[in-house]
Amino acid sequence: MNLNTWQGLRTLALALTLIAFGACDKGKKDGGGGSAGGASSGGNIIIGHFASMTGPQATFGISTDQAIRLAVKERNAKGGVKGRKIEVVTIDDAGKQSEAATAVTRLINDHKAVAVLGEVASSLSLAGGPIAQKAKVPMISPSSTNPDVTDVGDYVFRVCFLDDFQGWVDAKFAFENLKAKKAAILYDQAQAYSSGLADYFQKAFQEMGGKVVTKQAYTGGNLEISSQLQSIKGAGAEVVFLPGYYSDAGTIIRKAREAGIKVPFVGGDGWDSEELAKIAGDAINGNYFSNHYATEEDRPEVKNFVGKYKQEYGKTPDALAALGYDAALVLFDSMERAPSLDGKALRDAIAATKNFTGVTGTFSIDENRNAQKSAVIVEYKGGKQTMAARIEKK
Amino acid sequence: MSGSDLLQTTINFLAVGGLYALIALGYTLVYGILRFINFAHSDIVSWGAWIALTVASAAGWLASGRAGMAPAFALPCVLLVTMAVCAAMGVTIERLAYRPLRKAPRLNVLITAIGVSLFLQNVGLLNKVFGNRPSTISALLQNDVLATVGGVQLRLFDLLTIVLTLVLVVVLERIVYGTRMGRAMRAVSFDERVASLMGVNVNVVVSVTFALGSALAAAGGILFALRNDLRMTADASWVLLGLKAFVAAVVGGIGNVRGAAAGALLIAFVEVFVHRYVNAAFPDKPWVGQLQDIYVFGILILVLLFKPSGLLGKAVREKV
Amino acid sequence: MKGLQERVAALRPALAPAVGKSLLPFAVAVLLAFVMDKIIGPGVGATWSKILLDVGIAILLAGSLNVINGYAGQFSIGHAGFMLVGGYAAAWLTFYGSVHWFGTKEPVGGFLGNGQLLFLAGCMLAGVIASVFGLVVGLPTLRLRGDYLAIVTLGFGEIVRVLGQITARQPKNVAAIKERTMWDLANNLGGAEGFSQVPGYTTLFFVYLFAFVLLVLVYRLKYSSQGRALLAVRENEIAAEAMGVDTTRVKVVAFVFGAFFAGIGGSLYAHQVGALDPKELGFMKSIDLVIIVVIGGMGSITGVVLGAAILVILPEVFRQFADYRMIAYALALILVMILRPQGIMGVKELWETSLWRRLVAKVKR
Repeated sequence: MNLNTWQGLRTLALALTLIAFGACDKGKKDGGGGSAGGASSGGNIIIGHFASMTGPQATFGISTDQAIRLAVKERNAKGGVKGRKIEVVTIDDAGKQSEAATAVTRLINDHKAVAVLGEVASSLSLAGGPIAQKAKVPMISPSSTNPDVTDVGDYVFRVCFLDDFQGWVDAKFAFENLKAKKAAILYDQAQAYSSGLADYFQKAFQEMGGKVVTKQAYTGGNLEISSQLQSIKGAGAEVVFLPGYYSDAGTIIRKAREAGIKVPFVGGDGWDSEELAKIAGDAINGNYFSNHYATEEDRPEVKNFVGKYKQEYGKTPDALAALGYDAALVLFDSMERAPSLDGKALRDAIAATKNFTGVTGTFSIDENRNAQKSAVIVEYKGGKQTMAARIEKK
Repeated sequence: MSGSDLLQTTINFLAVGGLYALIALGYTLVYGILRFINFAHSDIVSWGAWIALTVASAAGWLASGRAGMAPAFALPCVLLVTMAVCAAMGVTIERLAYRPLRKAPRLNVLITAIGVSLFLQNVGLLNKVFGNRPSTISALLQNDVLATVGGVQLRLFDLLTIVLTLVLVVVLERIVYGTRMGRAMRAVSFDERVASLMGVNVNVVVSVTFALGSALAAAGGILFALRNDLRMTADASWVLLGLKAFVAAVVGGIGNVRGAAAGALLIAFVEVFVHRYVNAAFPDKPWVGQLQDIYVFGILILVLLFKPSGLLGKAVREKV
Repeated sequence: MKGLQERVAALRPALAPAVGKSLLPFAVAVLLAFVMDKIIGPGVGATWSKILLDVGIAILLAGSLNVINGYAGQFSIGHAGFMLVGGYAAAWLTFYGSVHWFGTKEPVGGFLGNGQLLFLAGCMLAGVIASVFGLVVGLPTLRLRGDYLAIVTLGFGEIVRVLGQITARQPKNVAAIKERTMWDLANNLGGAEGFSQVPGYTTLFFVYLFAFVLLVLVYRLKYSSQGRALLAVRENEIAAEAMGVDTTRVKVVAFVFGAFFAGIGGSLYAHQVGALDPKELGFMKSIDLVIIVVIGGMGSITGVVLGAAILVILPEVFRQFADYRMIAYALALILVMILRPQGIMGVKELWETSLWRRLVAKVKR
């Protein structure tokens, strides 16, 4: 390459920077289109969704997004909200906190979203929440279970249950349904979700009269756990609580069975995925996990949703999809009830949601902006998920 | 610290050590010849595992989704095919990304290797390639208990790993010390220019080195996947695996085949034994387990500071 | 004799104007930061403000890395570790300090009010603590070269991450925090959950204040004798040693300097995102910074600024290609190394390129 090409390259680099700066007409390329909309005009109602569409948690984000879009499509077919069609703009945060903040900023400022849905991972909800709060735009998290998320402010809501409830549910099931008096816990200490859930389970189980015979930790991604399994086997537990993510849980259950641990495993909603059964193979049978809904539930909302989702996307919706769907529906319902779509009015309408029946059950939004609802225990039989129990709030 | 516990832990440590050795050999071979750390080696490992999954899937051996349900010849077939494919991959990468930089400063090649690593990780993530969901190839191996002696289980996997590692290391050693190509490899690692003056085709030697290293990496990857299932190519666990194997190579004496094996055993020893006994000693401090990841770096720093040529390496004075 | 002395004294520049001239760029930096915050920020809107903020932090981080990688030629790929350490130090001070001394977790005070002063103190603390770590990392590097140094710095980054992950839980309840002393809380940095609810003090002003100050310092360093010493060590360490350069001191100073500003960068990051997750500031982040420095040009200040701007802004502009972003970076790295290893700018500054000279010549006519 000769000198002119180098100079050309340099000019190009400079030019690109200038173009990027000059492209100050607020990013046109966000998924879903970004036409002028918002609260006041008569055009489409814009709602925002920030999610991990790329990166390690992409499966969570895509699942949720697909469900939200399905909800939007269905609603628009019925005439939208207050006669206006709904448009959802999705911005990817790649699973990073800093980008979550950017995504919410863009949704509110560039796209003039009247409300924001998101996120799944609590750390990302915590990054986006303060921005929505400051801008007085309501935010509904479909699936963040960390109690801190709604503490951010009175504009942040969620439609899923919290981990302290989930831990209690798992303990109750283990103690009462599985009749286990001695439990072992194996949790991922590198994940706040897992260690938090483990703590809540332990507390609840002990309060019910059970005994936690051993509490072992592993570090997510590192599956050399033979020593932990040895300890669990030796402790004589009647059930093992495994509140990790499916990517580890499948392998752990397989290894545990190989190591000779025959008692059932109980997990949390982090297990929910098609891959779990695939990875664990036969070992998956006879284990349970708490979840936000079960695809086998005999309720019309569930059957309807599962059917439509399958038809639209060709796969069975997981709990994240169900929650995304419900979050969208709660939002539509609130928009319908609210006198106007500006921040405060919409926020108040969401806060007033009572006895809403969605895919994940019938629930109300309480004074802490959390959803008071029940949980489902899913059992694996013959490699398939079946519903074992529904546990109501105490 | 009972006898049977000790024995079980030992079996574990040998299996893990074997895994690390297979991967460490790739690092040490390439470093010996070209004096650079092939950052992308850990990605050959992960791609090896995923290619094996693709091959097994295509042959219909994973359809049942249940452990050990594939025919017995499935695993050896998959192993051979994958090793061949990865060998080709390694040669191609060298040709395209590293050869143009043969004369460049070492740092440039290192950066390029990082680039190749990122490239492989992210291409592997694409839905069209391997996707971003975890998976398994446990159908390929019926991990039976072969023998139980007083509470200690010897499983097929452990035996397989140990035997396969021994076989491959011996084969490699035969190649490096017993064939003409091996002699050419050693000559190039001593002094590239002189070797080429003596009629050695350096390019061919480098290609063969990469082919061997990548084939071993593939084997390591498949064994790792059989033991711990497969996470997506961009997952940090692969990089950490590669790093540990690299440290093993350095600790043993980089450029030295036996050194890599020795280093791998040492690293595996620290990981498995320390984990078992240190962690058991602090039951109320589970965070001790998280330190596992950094013992390896601690060992690396100590070795580099006090015996940089490694345990089995020879000290080399830097000439001006 | 006297006459000679007098004449020499007359030639020596007067003290006051000299100091003034020396400090002038910093005053300009403060002014520019102000302009950035009060005029350009509101002018471009919230979204681009956030992007400019990210660019500023990237400049700070990549610029500090440039001193280690570009000037001193030490291949460090653990820079995010310094960021994390600095971030923790600053967050500890502002979060717990805010509760102890102001009674609230929210940001207090206006411009340069109590809250912002606490934040500035936090940034300084971040820099100091990070530079201590820089010293620790710098020392072993004395014996290590190229590839090995890279792995060791990577290792340090990972060690810092794991240490961050094993710290204790962060109490969020105001009453619970008040019961404990600041020292006692030093280990409560959030563990694997990370440190959250960090008060959002970062503004364009602070980001660009530090970024511009760094740029001035780095510019001065480059054309000073210390800078020449750094570059000499980079080119040929043994020759530099033979010429009397204290390579030990030079390399360690590079690490300490780079770490100091990376620590400040970490503090700014933490107070902007509002949280600090050790997993997000691991080696992937370090590699991101290395990419900026390599593509921009190791050793060039304008190169680093250019690299930071391009690599932060481009993904925003090309959002629909997000899946391919890392692949594009990877290919860019490989191609740059093969075709143009010195990066876009190489070691030169913008005003040293022939392109600039020709443009200027044209304008002058």
